[in-house]
Amino acid sequence: MIPLSWYLILSAALFSVGLFGVLARKNAIAILLGVELMLNAVNINLVAFWRYGDVSLMAGQVFAIIVFAVAAAEVAVGLALVISVYRRRNTVIADEIDLLKW
Amino acid sequence: MTAQQIIFFIVAAVTFGSALMVVTSRNLVHAALWLVSTLFGVAIVYALLNAGFLAVVQVVVYIGAIAILFIFAVMLTRREQLESGQRLNSGWWLGAFIAVLVFGGLFAMLQGWSGFSKASADIPVGFDAIGQLGNALTSPTGFVLPFEVASVLLLAALVGAVYLAFNRK
Repeated sequence: MIPLSWYLILSAALFSVGLFGVLARKNAIAILLGVELMLNAVNINLVAFWRYGDVSLMAGQVFAIIVFAVAAAEVAVGLALVISVYRRRNTVIADEIDLLKW
Repeated sequence: MTAQQIIFFIVAAVTFGSALMVVTSRNLVHAALWLVSTLFGVAIVYALLNAGFLAVVQVVVYIGAIAILFIFAVMLTRREQLESGQRLNSGWWLGAFIAVLVFGGLFAMLQGWSGFSKASADIPVGFDAIGQLGNALTSPTGFVLPFEVASVLLLAALVGAVYLAFNRK
């Protein structure tokens, strides 16, 4: 029998790794990879709380499915932005996309 | 230690190790492939949590669509694939510090919570999780409105992504 704490610690660790990726990577695509890790960590939490709470309340799984949909929308728009920026400025390095930084 | 616990440890170690490789590997194609490994580990975690439908959706949607989309994006921006010079920005140590701080904070906060090491109750015999999930997603007393809003969001994101990536000459 696996206690709830193991899932929560795994999820917190994944979230922290994703946060590090978002804060430290230079490449815009790598930053989006970090965001995906954080969304997955949230999903593990939601499903774990569904399983360890009342299983007949499906809210945890429904929320996880909506997070899937939002993640798909986020990655589609994010990668379209990256490709659009790459086409105009020929770079995907976040530090060099600084038109608003005057 | 039961078999389930050993499986969880192996899966958690693989998931965490590949997540570390996602944020540290120099080549972005490798990072995307490590992401596939992480997502597969998360799918097995869902299976361990008796959420079979979500495990399948994770494999189909995340690995089948999102990870492939990442690999396409890496290929379309190929010249930057090997990230000339540094792959981490100059403030990476601050990012690492914040990440460790967040993990420590979450761990300390969760440890003070009474339900932290709760054991799971057995799933009732004859409980149809997928049927219940389908009813919850489509019944007016359940989550039909968020479900429809999610579909509108996906449509808007699709149109927006096509508009953004469209090459106007």
